[in-house]
Amino acid sequence: MTSDTDQQRRGPHPETDAAPLPPRPGATAPDGIRPRGDDAPHGAGSGGAARRTRHGKGLRGLRRPLGIGIVTLWLSVIVLLPLAALTVAAFDEGLAGFWEAVTAPAALASLWVTVLVSAVVALINAVLGTLVAWVLVRDEFRGKRFVNAVIDLPFALPTIVASIVLLSLYGPNSPIGVELNATRWGLVVALLFVTLPFVIRSVQPVLIEADREVEEAAASLGATTWTTFRRIVLPTLAPAILSGTGLAFARAIGEYGSVVLIGGNIPRETQVASQYIQQQIEIDRPLNAAAVSVALLAIAFVTLLLLRVVSSRSQRREERDA
Amino acid sequence: MRVSRGTRLSLRVVALGYLFVLLAVPIGVILWRTFEPGLSEFIASISTPAAKSALNLSLLIVAITVPVNVVFGVATALTLVRGRFRGRGLLQAVVDLPFAVSPIVVGVSLIMLWGAGGWFGALDRAGFQVIFGIPGMVLATIFVTLPFVVREVEPVLHEIGQEQEQAASTLGANGWQTFWRITLPAIRWGLTYGVVLTVARALGEFGAVIMVSSGFPGVSQTLTLLVHSRYIDDHNTYGAYAAATLLMGIALVVLLLMTLLDRKRSDR
Amino acid sequence: MITVTSARKDYGSFTALDDVSLDIPSGSLTALLGPSGSGKSTLLRAIAGLEELDSGTVTIEGRDVTDEPPQRRGIGFVFQHYAAFKHMTVRDNVAFGLTIRKRPKAETAKKVDELLEIVGLDGFQHRYPAQLSGGQRQRMALARALAVDPQVLLLDEPFGALDAKVRTDLRQWLRRLHDEVHVTTVLVTHDQEEALDVADRIAVLNKGRIEQVGDPVTLYERPANDFVMGFLGSVAHLGGQLVRPHDIALERDRATALVLDAKVPDSPGVIDAVVERVVPLGFEVRVDLRADSGERFAAQITRRDAAELQLRAGETIHARAVGRSSVVDHDPALAI
Repeated sequence: MTSDTDQQRRGPHPETDAAPLPPRPGATAPDGIRPRGDDAPHGAGSGGAARRTRHGKGLRGLRRPLGIGIVTLWLSVIVLLPLAALTVAAFDEGLAGFWEAVTAPAALASLWVTVLVSAVVALINAVLGTLVAWVLVRDEFRGKRFVNAVIDLPFALPTIVASIVLLSLYGPNSPIGVELNATRWGLVVALLFVTLPFVIRSVQPVLIEADREVEEAAASLGATTWTTFRRIVLPTLAPAILSGTGLAFARAIGEYGSVVLIGGNIPRETQVASQYIQQQIEIDRPLNAAAVSVALLAIAFVTLLLLRVVSSRSQRREERDA
Repeated sequence: MRVSRGTRLSLRVVALGYLFVLLAVPIGVILWRTFEPGLSEFIASISTPAAKSALNLSLLIVAITVPVNVVFGVATALTLVRGRFRGRGLLQAVVDLPFAVSPIVVGVSLIMLWGAGGWFGALDRAGFQVIFGIPGMVLATIFVTLPFVVREVEPVLHEIGQEQEQAASTLGANGWQTFWRITLPAIRWGLTYGVVLTVARALGEFGAVIMVSSGFPGVSQTLTLLVHSRYIDDHNTYGAYAAATLLMGIALVVLLLMTLLDRKRSDR
Repeated sequence: MITVTSARKDYGSFTALDDVSLDIPSGSLTALLGPSGSGKSTLLRAIAGLEELDSGTVTIEGRDVTDEPPQRRGIGFVFQHYAAFKHMTVRDNVAFGLTIRKRPKAETAKKVDELLEIVGLDGFQHRYPAQLSGGQRQRMALARALAVDPQVLLLDEPFGALDAKVRTDLRQWLRRLHDEVHVTTVLVTHDQEEALDVADRIAVLNKGRIEQVGDPVTLYERPANDFVMGFLGSVAHLGGQLVRPHDIALERDRATALVLDAKVPDSPGVIDAVVERVVPLGFEVRVDLRADSGERFAAQITRRDAAELQLRAGETIHARAVGRSSVVDHDPALAI
């Protein structure tokens, strides 16, 4: 197994400023709770071979709930509590206050710009991402392994660096004379950069595992290449494309670092939700910031949920057809 | 599927062209602009006191974030894989949460919790600065890097199963000996990969950190904040390019490590 | 001597062990035999301390170990899938138990080399488990378990993951090893041939209960019930009873059959059947038959008898049971 197919098999794998990953197959533990062996002897001495029922596991059994407790505490302090504080702050003036903050014209505009641009980016990724994945899996050319490794660059690159990099080419001093500075297309390019790997890495493993014989069967039955692709290959890839696109979308709506320089932050034009939120904090309007943050989270969660529903449904269909 | 030569070639051209225009050209331009004035200019730009202190701060944050994430990440992975308790699915979802949260929202949440008017605002009033201090930046970085070690170690733990550990216990090893001699070596490549991802993300974090940092040069600026501030505040375009190139160099090293480690952890 | 008393283990609504009691004599090689889900592995793991019983006790050499973790029971355990420490060499694997007990290095090395020689892996010290075949890995696992001088050796389907030929070779090798080393050994298997080949005593389990315990001959010739009979060897249903295929005689002449059958007490009588297939199987011949009742069964006869009878498909033949069949009160619920 070569390393590039390994990478391709792995699937998406976000790094900097990343977005939700596809739901993982649940890690199932072997049956029975197995307390880890503990050196300390447990309990009183036995009284012969009489029948004995055991409740509780003494010192051995303490380890498990202690471990769970520590981990829960850790996750709460780092992740849950801040998000809880955020939610409470968003509803500081009740449901009405929340609604007012979210539907304020500038807030709404920023959400609209965010969703619109992210959707466009997601769609472009769906098409071009699939195309690139196809070429990487089914085509052979010199330097393919290099290209494959480079796909992960947007994952490893800090978003602000992406911003500067794109600005140098498409900004005010553009060597090719293309100025996308402070335009929506500038946002699109920046977001395309950071979401590049999602669809590609999502589709690659599926393409690698795809059954070529099915395609050959279709050809033997008279289907043209395009028909085979449309009716045989695409349906197989559809869940992966959808999953990758959803991830790209969820990542794009939250993006800040890569758009902050090239976007121009023009309200109603190129101001995305994250910039609006940041601005509200700067002018000391925490309620507005929290409210729009919660709205943004809600959009991300809905996207995640839809992805989960679709993927489990397609998984069930696969199991049924297997 | 039989693809005609013409179609194959045009697909290849489109794919490579897209990647070229999106990735290669912009990176090429910035590298050119950074090194065209000469290597010494570049070195000078990244050796200014502000740049040095930014690098130090970034490395400090990494130095705190990585061990914390290793310890708690491995503990979390062990709990999730080896444990059977109600709410395990919920715990798993919480681990994945940071991926769904925009960095700006991370910053706002931390402000709501640790800020002067927040739930733990008493700390701030007592003089211990979380927001606008290093602790805040560390908390923000831990938030966004939390899932990496867990997600990389979990599948490995799942794959190796419990038999090796059970064998060790039948041979007389206690819990700690088993963990240190059997479990840890078994997960080392997954763990290393997770650490590499954590380092990359920690160094590259921008949105969350800018919210909780006061941004004073030489004091509370990380490398990423430096890039931003040089461009926006100082209008030092070249300086921004240079700092960005430095970060990009680190990113390339990370990418290299990722590719190498990927091979290691796939074969056994 | 291992004594298990009134062991009970439930997994939710599934009962793995249902009030199981068993004595395992010191120095013997006892097989726990049964189909999957019978509780044999659970019982073994309970003896090892890898499973905790809901109630009941386990005693090893007079000591009550019910509440002791595996580390303290003085056992050696061999897993079906070897559980080799993949990141350690063969030497470090085998030495593991001694290393964590902080034995002096020289002593450990000597012991490891001795053991590796016994299991036929001399020279493999510096290899890694991934470089060994399945059989070699299992032998390494055995050496590793023996290194800490256990009082009891427990093997959980140790040959299950190996090829058929390796399986037979290795189990006979295990028997020879046991004859030399004499450690009390308990072996879990679902393969009755393996149990019959290797064990001094066999305990047959089914659905969490022990059906019968005894030496192989007793179990085979005097099974306590239909389940044990069916599990220990192939059976044929003859007129409502279970008979061993090689205990069926075929006669062309009905009158002769009746006379001979009358001499066999509690026999199922003479059954008229149509020959469906005659299959030569090496030194025996299997005859597939269908009785008038529609019941299908197979008889196993010697080549000589087959040559005398000259059976053809479609012919009617008369079958009768010779020697012992199953218990007279045949319980259909226990049949396989």
